[in-house]
Amino acid sequence: MDYTILILGLPVLSFLILGIFGMFMKHRTAGIIGTASLAAVTFLSYLTAYNYFTTPRTADGTYATLVPYNFEWLPFTQSLHIDMGILLDPISVMMLIVISTVSLMVHIYSFGYMKGETGFQRYYAFLSLFSFSMLGLVVATNIFQMYVFWELVGVSSYLLIGFYYTKAEAIAASKKAFIVTRFADLGFLIGILIYGYYMGTFTFTPGEERMMQYSMMIPWALGLMFVGGAGKSAMFPLHIWLPDAMEGPTPVSALIHAATMVVAGVYLVARMFPLFSAYAPDVLHWVAYIGAFTAFYAASVACVQSDIKRVLAFSTISQIGFMMVALGVCTGMNPHEGGLGYMASMFHLFTHAMFKALLFLGAGCIIHAVHSNEMSTMGGLRKYMPITHWTFLIACLAISGIPPFSGFFSKDEILAACFKFSPVIGTIMTIIAAMTAFYMFRLYYCIFWGKENKELHEKHVPHESPITMTFPLMFLAFLTCVAGFIPFGHFVSSNGESYSIEINMSVAITSIVVALVSIALATWMYAREKQSFAEMLAKRFNKLHTAAYHRFYIDEVWLFITKKIIFRCISTPLAWFDRHIIDGFMNLLAWSSNESGESIRTIQNGKIQTYTFCFLAGAIILTVMLLLL
Amino acid sequence: MLLGLWIARNTNQVRGVMVTGASMLLMLSAYLTISYISMRSNGATEEMLFTDSITWYAPLHICYSVGVDGISVVMLLLSSIIVFTGTFASWKLQPLTKEYFLWFTLLSTGVFGFFISTDLFTMFMFYEVALIPMYLLIGVWGSGKKEYAAMKLTLMLMGGSAFLLIGILGIFYGAGGDTMNILEIVKRDIPYNMQYIFFPLVFLGFGVLGALFPFHTWSPDGHASAPTAVSMLHAGVLMKLGGYGCFRVAMYLMPEGAAVWGDLFLILTTISVVYGAFSAVVQTDLKYINAYSSVSHCGLVLFALLMMTRTSCTGAILQMLSHGLMTALFFALIGMIYGRTHTRDIRELNGLMKIMPFLAVGYVIAGLANLGLPGLSGFIAEMTVFVGSFENQDLFHRVCTIIATTSIVITAVYILRVVGKILYGTCKNPDHLKLTDATWDERFAVICLIVCVAGLGLAPFWVSDLISGSVGPIISQLIQ
Repeated sequence: MDYTILILGLPVLSFLILGIFGMFMKHRTAGIIGTASLAAVTFLSYLTAYNYFTTPRTADGTYATLVPYNFEWLPFTQSLHIDMGILLDPISVMMLIVISTVSLMVHIYSFGYMKGETGFQRYYAFLSLFSFSMLGLVVATNIFQMYVFWELVGVSSYLLIGFYYTKAEAIAASKKAFIVTRFADLGFLIGILIYGYYMGTFTFTPGEERMMQYSMMIPWALGLMFVGGAGKSAMFPLHIWLPDAMEGPTPVSALIHAATMVVAGVYLVARMFPLFSAYAPDVLHWVAYIGAFTAFYAASVACVQSDIKRVLAFSTISQIGFMMVALGVCTGMNPHEGGLGYMASMFHLFTHAMFKALLFLGAGCIIHAVHSNEMSTMGGLRKYMPITHWTFLIACLAISGIPPFSGFFSKDEILAACFKFSPVIGTIMTIIAAMTAFYMFRLYYCIFWGKENKELHEKHVPHESPITMTFPLMFLAFLTCVAGFIPFGHFVSSNGESYSIEINMSVAITSIVVALVSIALATWMYAREKQSFAEMLAKRFNKLHTAAYHRFYIDEVWLFITKKIIFRCISTPLAWFDRHIIDGFMNLLAWSSNESGESIRTIQNGKIQTYTFCFLAGAIILTVMLLLL
Repeated sequence: MLLGLWIARNTNQVRGVMVTGASMLLMLSAYLTISYISMRSNGATEEMLFTDSITWYAPLHICYSVGVDGISVVMLLLSSIIVFTGTFASWKLQPLTKEYFLWFTLLSTGVFGFFISTDLFTMFMFYEVALIPMYLLIGVWGSGKKEYAAMKLTLMLMGGSAFLLIGILGIFYGAGGDTMNILEIVKRDIPYNMQYIFFPLVFLGFGVLGALFPFHTWSPDGHASAPTAVSMLHAGVLMKLGGYGCFRVAMYLMPEGAAVWGDLFLILTTISVVYGAFSAVVQTDLKYINAYSSVSHCGLVLFALLMMTRTSCTGAILQMLSHGLMTALFFALIGMIYGRTHTRDIRELNGLMKIMPFLAVGYVIAGLANLGLPGLSGFIAEMTVFVGSFENQDLFHRVCTIIATTSIVITAVYILRVVGKILYGTCKNPDHLKLTDATWDERFAVICLIVCVAGLGLAPFWVSDLISGSVGPIISQLIQ
């Protein structure tokens, strides 16, 4: 497995080449360099996966964990040091496939989408940087390496969101994304510090003795790490950056804010899963509750948004909520009793990456065609863009959980795991699944059916995108159709043993029925020219509708905290205090010594009379004192 | 030993000489580093290498004694890099070029001398040599309220050195009154009550230079008024004298005093760290932002020293190194931007990315280094500090550590605020549209610094080993 180093090496190489020499290159050359390196990475990832999964399992029925590279990067003490290396185990290999596939598709797609943009080379340089960091994150051999790459993906996301750096919204969004996730990372960092100190190591498998000895501290460490994960994975209330991040170019949203970076939090929890389930089951269940609430919140907001990328963003938040719930409802390591959620979560991560990237890339084609994100400018587009239409439909069916598309299989496992844990959570998640089907088909009908904006479309006829953009769509649609039939449990399961997925009939039938009903409802409400019922509903529940449209004012709350409290109530007074009180005190010292110097100066003014007077006065006083004594 | 060369160049000050001198300096420092590492790996176990001692003034036992350990080696390397790049950054400085470089060289002489001295008095002398030129450099070549700033800076630092002188004399007599050599003194026991009195004096004396709260107010005014290269050298190296002195003199020689006073100073440094960061958030002058950011980062140096674990002290030295490089980079860039736009007010600058892409990209990199992006130097320093601080077990230190970690978020806030305001967006000032990007000498200086920042960030292991080896004896002294 020596070639795995190239998986990290190639993107960083292309980043350096494009970053330093990019401005002297033609757009085409830069694009080809970036895409070629990613294609090689994809090939190597598939090769790695093939070799890894065809190697016979070890005696206890699991795949061996391989560490082809590991070196000490930054030593702290004897036992604590940051290592840099590559770790291969089922989930990291699975992530390699996801990241490289989606990233390659986005690289190809960007050829068409970003054509003629200024800064094309810079764009590809940043994409390479992102791919490098994300790949480094998933193959991390220890928690600190993960943190290192975690920060790097944060920065590449910042740079890519702010790609259109002359646009005020993009600047604000990139800043917000970075600072919110940075705030969450503070939790992650403190978690790592606690973990490192008490476990005596940064690796994922601390010694048994240390764990027993400090089992009190593990929940704290893991809980704080989860805060970091919640920030990256946009869990409520740290989700506010993700919808704004849609200001970045659409392929970036597909890659970073739908398929890869935002699931890093899920990956983190999965990475620490053995520790979670053994030492911190309560924290794990909190993960589930937070995930469930986020899923519900985001789904309800998604139902009323009018910007298609915002709908998809909230849908992403909601789906990540599903993954978190699946991890959170685990009660043990055995996939047959209580460990099913782990497999389900990873499976959903895998399928979601494909169909969500497909949705975003499709949205990119639509935006490319009508030059706007607003639904009101669309409608009836199915005639103009058949490929986009069909692939989008496949993705919508997949996310709604209709067989035989991939989303059905993974969602079914999640629901089964939820029902196993508690019927309440199971029911809630089924309802959210229904909402998913509803808002996705609302989106679908509003774009491709419904009332056409004829005026706009006559002025500028929407057209199908070039092949560089439609090929990734078709490829991802193909994956969405077949991914569900991969025997996923065979490769990834909570204890590493092979687990064959069984469709839980009662759960499956309920979820299909519910999804179909919601789709029918969406069809009835939005497929026609006139959407009278929807408008009536919006009017009847005006307050609710407005609140949901404004995302229940969570952003305003955060704005209040940051602008009002931090800026007005802490920083400004502090700066004033510094300039006036502390500095004023120093100036006062200087002034007083100056003044006292001035006042003493008059004593030595060279007037003999005064000197004589003082001399005599002093002599008299001294004599008197002597006499009195 | 090395000093002779540095002073010898003072005669003929033109640019050529300055460049030759500075590059010789850089090469010598690099050579010193390499030979130091090779001597260590060949099994040299003395605490200080390359030692030498000449008696200066026998009645007071003042010797000119020098020697280097891992800490001073990296500090020398840092200083020479900054002197070297600072020369390029002030290439076009107009009035009185010769005098300017003369004082500049004197300043760097003081700095180099300080780092290699092992004699308390010589150290103090070099410290003063480094401070005085500051006054003239700011007062004559500065900008804005330069007289006020120069006066304030000099007076505050002089106040600090008054404390320091008393402290040093205290140490001298406490140690028996027959040697000024640090290596000799450390073998003796200074009585507890002497340590109790003199530790705060020495620590404060150096702490003023390390921008310890509440004695940091000279820093924003001083930096804002100083010319580019002086800001670079001042923030990059001179402020490190404070941390170095606190560690080498105050804590090394008076461990018991450190144990008693540590907690109080720890509170002050924790305040420095957070307070500096919060103050930076609302500033509008680029140099003020960086000055407050320096208060925060230098506070972290003293903070880490007071945590008194081996890792945290290694982290403190790394932080000095890293902060030195990145602030120098920052001040160089700010100077270059100011040289073109003649304003440092962030409300008047927009969209510089389009106008001067090279400087803007440099600024983004400096900013990212400052907020601790992995791969650049800030990250490794901060992480070493935090991991090291966390090793200190009791609750008080833990709480301070956690408070200090919040600074990384606030740093991100003020850095991104500036980057967003001045670099991104569209330029609204028509005069700025005509401005040009960096010239070759500026590019060279910036690239050198970026390479150093990235080099330290990507391959931290050797520096960390180098420092950690020399921190060991000092820490074992402290833990006793």
